[in-house]
Amino acid sequence: MTSSTETVSKQDIIDYSARLGDDAIVIGHRLSEWVSRAPFIEEDVALGNVALDFFGHARMYYTHAAQLSNEQNGTDDITEDDFAYLRDERQFQNHLLHELHKGDFAYTTARQLLIDVYNKYFLEQLEKSNDETLAAIAVKASKETKYHCRRSKDWTLRLGDGSSESHKRMQLALNDIWGYSHELFELDDLEQRLVDAGIAVDCTLLKADWLKEVTAIIEEATLTVPDQEWAVRGGRQGYHTEHLGHLLTEMQFVHRSFPGAKW
Amino acid sequence: MIHSVDLYSKNRIIKVVNILTTGEEMTKYNKSEAELEAIFQQKIDSEQKIEPKDWMPEAYRKNLIRQMSQHAHSEIIGMQPEGNFITRAPSLRRKTVLLSKVQDEGGHGLYLYSATETLGIERSELISALQSGQAKYASIFNYPAQTWGDMGAIGWLVDGAAIVNQVSLQRTSYGPYARGMIRICKEESFHQRQGYVIMMELAKGTPAQKQMAQDSLNRFYWPSLMMFGPHDSESAHSAKSMKWKIKRETNDDLRQKFIDQTAPQIAYLGLEHPDKDLVWNEEKGQHDSGEIDWEEFYAVINGNGHSNRQRIQHHVKAHEEGAWVRDAMSEYKQKKLQRKINAETAA
Repeated sequence: MTSSTETVSKQDIIDYSARLGDDAIVIGHRLSEWVSRAPFIEEDVALGNVALDFFGHARMYYTHAAQLSNEQNGTDDITEDDFAYLRDERQFQNHLLHELHKGDFAYTTARQLLIDVYNKYFLEQLEKSNDETLAAIAVKASKETKYHCRRSKDWTLRLGDGSSESHKRMQLALNDIWGYSHELFELDDLEQRLVDAGIAVDCTLLKADWLKEVTAIIEEATLTVPDQEWAVRGGRQGYHTEHLGHLLTEMQFVHRSFPGAKW
Repeated sequence: MIHSVDLYSKNRIIKVVNILTTGEEMTKYNKSEAELEAIFQQKIDSEQKIEPKDWMPEAYRKNLIRQMSQHAHSEIIGMQPEGNFITRAPSLRRKTVLLSKVQDEGGHGLYLYSATETLGIERSELISALQSGQAKYASIFNYPAQTWGDMGAIGWLVDGAAIVNQVSLQRTSYGPYARGMIRICKEESFHQRQGYVIMMELAKGTPAQKQMAQDSLNRFYWPSLMMFGPHDSESAHSAKSMKWKIKRETNDDLRQKFIDQTAPQIAYLGLEHPDKDLVWNEEKGQHDSGEIDWEEFYAVINGNGHSNRQRIQHHVKAHEEGAWVRDAMSEYKQKKLQRKINAETAA
């Protein structure tokens, strides 16, 4: 990546880091909804582990955004929690795929497959960012993401090639979410500026590898890659599905009920 | 014993093999039952551990299965009241700590089910007993977790009471249980600390936060004392459990320890003690305390708690909704095996 960090503002990096945090916190939330509800205890523990990894990523991205905000404003009291708890639905910029409801175990598996494989390629590129903190976060998150990918692949194979019931559920889930995958590979003006400066990942370049890998897994699982042309987009612009409002209401309720309190 | 479902066996610590009946044991050891029992009791009296393949009286085995599975069920059902607040935790730090803690409980449940399986029973049988109401879990989890303060009170008081009990169980006579407790105790003390940290933050926080802490303490103090079970004079299982050193200290002794350790912790938080009759007895070197409301204790045990039905229904629902996933896993495993056999036959 070429270096021309002068052309982007600190605010751009704050916004970028915050939206990566949004992706992580929102999918972490969905995974954490499985706790005490998984098909068996080992899986309960495993889903909790993956949720924890995403919460960890969210905290790193938000903390980076908070530190830059403090530098920019000459303050020292902006924290990760301000990003997670005090922004509204229209300010969250996660991809829509992350916020869709918890669904059944097939739905969760199908969604994780798309997200985990995406993250693998995304983080490989973010490791080369000119922003040292983002690059360092990517190195750490990459290791965990490789494990997530292995899990998602194994579960996709088991369920797709398992029973007729699980096969049917997996195919339905894929058909249901496929249209939300397209926006993962689109750049808005903010990200384009940051790509030019060597800070953000050019996610348009990830699609070919992602599609190849995801297709191979889906086909090995005896499932079919959905061919519908529909696509829903808008997450990065804060144009969300109705799911996100409920998620944020639940997540932010206690924090917002006690303004200024420490926990 | 039955080896019906193989689904859970991958994480089992010790594979159950050849649990012998007393008749078979007598033939094997060429000893009468009375002689076997004498050897068994002598082992216990000299502080040797009983291991899975050792001869043991059937009542000892049953008693252990009851106690250990109840302990395992408590870990699993105990995930619900706290799991209930993961999505609402008021800071990201608290959220990750709470989630880690609830995961640990799941891990303890697994560990204890595995240890119980060494006594010749399958996890699936234990879970059926939980779901049918035949097996119990700690009655404390029938109380609802309503506020964030309850996350503090549960970690501090409920896990605190559990530790007092579990520390003594590190010396229990059954080897796998004793060793399991050593490991579990380490994590539980971290859990208790995280609960107390939540309470400290609330107690030194805004007036509304302090009020929240006091409210949670008030609701969870007495139920946590009840966790030690009825008075020794009323306890159905105590005498034999003590002789066999399954239990090492009595309900009342353990409860007293907990009362004594908790009093200064409440004082340090600057909260009011819920027991108005609590006084330090210089002569005895311990606190005298008010009487527990045993009517409430038995009412909750007998199904009249806020959450009794909900806890089991939640467990059953998750189990039933997961049935197709477990079936798919078995089918997939079968298919893979068959493919391997086919490939080998072809080659």
